[in-house]
Amino acid sequence: MNNPTPPPTLPEPGVRINALTGAATGGSSRALSGPLSAEIAAALTASPSGEVSVRAVDVNIPLLEKNDILAERNRGYFLGRGLAALNLVSSPGAGKTTLLERTLDEFGLRTKCAVLVGDLETDNDGQRLSRPHAPVAQITTGHVCHLDAGMIARAAQSINLDGVRVLFIENVGNLVCPASFDLGEQARVVLLSTTEGEDKPLKYPPIFKSAHLVLLTKVDVADVLGFKRDVAVANIRRVAPQARIIQVSSRTGEGMTEWYDYLRALAAQA
Amino acid sequence: MESALDAIRREAGAHGATRVSRIVLRIGTLAGVDEDALRFAYEALAPSSIAAGAVLEIETVPARAHCAACARDFGAGRGFIFTCPACGGLSGDIRAGRELGIARLEFPDSP
Repeated sequence: MNNPTPPPTLPEPGVRINALTGAATGGSSRALSGPLSAEIAAALTASPSGEVSVRAVDVNIPLLEKNDILAERNRGYFLGRGLAALNLVSSPGAGKTTLLERTLDEFGLRTKCAVLVGDLETDNDGQRLSRPHAPVAQITTGHVCHLDAGMIARAAQSINLDGVRVLFIENVGNLVCPASFDLGEQARVVLLSTTEGEDKPLKYPPIFKSAHLVLLTKVDVADVLGFKRDVAVANIRRVAPQARIIQVSSRTGEGMTEWYDYLRALAAQA
Repeated sequence: MESALDAIRREAGAHGATRVSRIVLRIGTLAGVDEDALRFAYEALAPSSIAAGAVLEIETVPARAHCAACARDFGAGRGFIFTCPACGGLSGDIRAGRELGIARLEFPDSP
């Protein structure tokens, strides 16, 4: 029944192989032949004597860029504080700040929220979002077209997060670069407004692909604009079948209850 | 590429090696890494590093997604819309293709 395992045919580590002849010396007197010796010989830079040893090591080292390491640190910090961080990304003008204003005025009265908001220049959004019950920090990036995890780590230290359950990170308006920068958020929220084309998800797939939630914003003016909601939703589903979709209007309040339920559920998990 | 060379230097040190003769990177098609750009960076940085003279090999990992309805993985091909070839359903459940790392290193030793 139990057949003995055949002896291994690979040289033990440390065996010397003559790169010219394929002969093995050292740990074993077995000579190598066939494709293996050719492979090893090809991999070697032979010493003048032609005899070298090689060590091939399966290292499997993930190459985490600096941002990813900092993002993981942020994630641990946020979870350790029991707060849910959301990264809001969209084109400029899709309604991120207006959404957050209403959210702070309604949801934020019962659940303590904080905001980190990024723009290239001005603290206009920081001022718009300023509320006595919600700490806000404005990040001005200068020439940088996205927020990165290091900026978030610094900005988060600058405000008092005591009692905060939901941290909104309003990213720089840009549908390209923010997709590549994990900030350590629990959820990435991509906004698509009815003033944009229904095919935006098809044109900028990476950011939609990375979304946990897609908010279709400004739905109150969809009909006026001739924006086809069903087409937009179908396009989101094609690129981002994993994402939940909520249709909202920060002006009329449509869909806001569903958005708040989403936030409440996320905060409960944090 | 700089972080890769740092990691290779550390790994070589851990194995008592002063040179590396072959570097095998494993890169998924969804990792957002352009192979030409990577090789360009390698050629610029390697000669002055521990990897001087080393062969750079890139293993490409094709994207694979999972279809929940069919309970199977499928090759996702090019693009960002993953359609199950069996049932036509869409999937956002990516199972492979985001890899970015060093798979294997080979160190030569002087005799």
